[in-house]
Amino acid sequence: MHFAIGDFVLDLIQNSVEAGSSRIEVDIDEAMNGVYVCIFDNGCGMSPDEIDKAFDPLKNSAVKHPGRKAGFGLPFIKQAVEQADGSFKISSEKGKGTKVCFSFPKSSIDSPPLGNVPELFLNALNMAGASELILRRKRSSDGLSYEVKKSELVEAVGDLTSASSLSLVKQYLASQEE
Amino acid sequence: MAKMTLDQLRALRAQKQEELETRSVEGKDIQVIVGMGTCGIAAGAKQTFDAIVAALEKYKLANKVVVRQTGCMGLCYVEPTVEVIMPNMPPVIYGKMTSDVAEELVVKHLVEHSLLDNHIFDKPAIDIVKR
Repeated sequence: MHFAIGDFVLDLIQNSVEAGSSRIEVDIDEAMNGVYVCIFDNGCGMSPDEIDKAFDPLKNSAVKHPGRKAGFGLPFIKQAVEQADGSFKISSEKGKGTKVCFSFPKSSIDSPPLGNVPELFLNALNMAGASELILRRKRSSDGLSYEVKKSELVEAVGDLTSASSLSLVKQYLASQEE
Repeated sequence: MAKMTLDQLRALRAQKQEELETRSVEGKDIQVIVGMGTCGIAAGAKQTFDAIVAALEKYKLANKVVVRQTGCMGLCYVEPTVEVIMPNMPPVIYGKMTSDVAEELVVKHLVEHSLLDNHIFDKPAIDIVKR
């Protein structure tokens, strides 16, 4: 099981990348009463039947990893949300994309911590595949709010797989949290 | 530190690039690939990734290395996994690469060109190997 909400988010972004998305948007809203997350992509999408299968950790379609039927990404997040009395919603259309939204209430002792957001964003930006990734972060307690676009960062520092670019983007993301 | 703007980021990059040009640059021929599937993330691959980027900067290797991520490499039992491909060294998949050994990986493999014997794992889990 993942430790922080950021781990679940990264797992879902990885799913979007593997679904062949060219554009992924992530919203993380740290409100007074809990954390709200939405991830939407324009990847291959799933039929209702495929969504059902995705939630059974041991009966996956074996498309992503031939020969292996285990897949724990979505089952993990669903279980964590149910334990903490949060909300979870997935909607997907074959060939169009997928939208996953979930929340964890602050009042529940079972809600995981949010985790390190700049670290999460750096990992997400480094993933190959999606040419556009838009990351939005809000925190109500101090009014923090910013948006990061992969295309703008690539234009500013170059390829995001180079360790020197990653190091610069890391500083940039850390500064956005100030 | 105040919020950095994209222009400041560009300026910082230009400044870094000047510093880099004074050193000998052979091109980016070292690849470090971090497994970032559900198994990797659960085992702390995100922290490992961060620690590797920090260590590369610390040992002045940032301009020579490409850091990538991949999904599950089939070594879920020894996550986090990191694959290193570089000239004059065999390609190696390291397992149990938690963030505290990331610096050791950079120093031993990338700088000293020696292997981390206790972390080499090259066989995927049995359920994805054809029997």
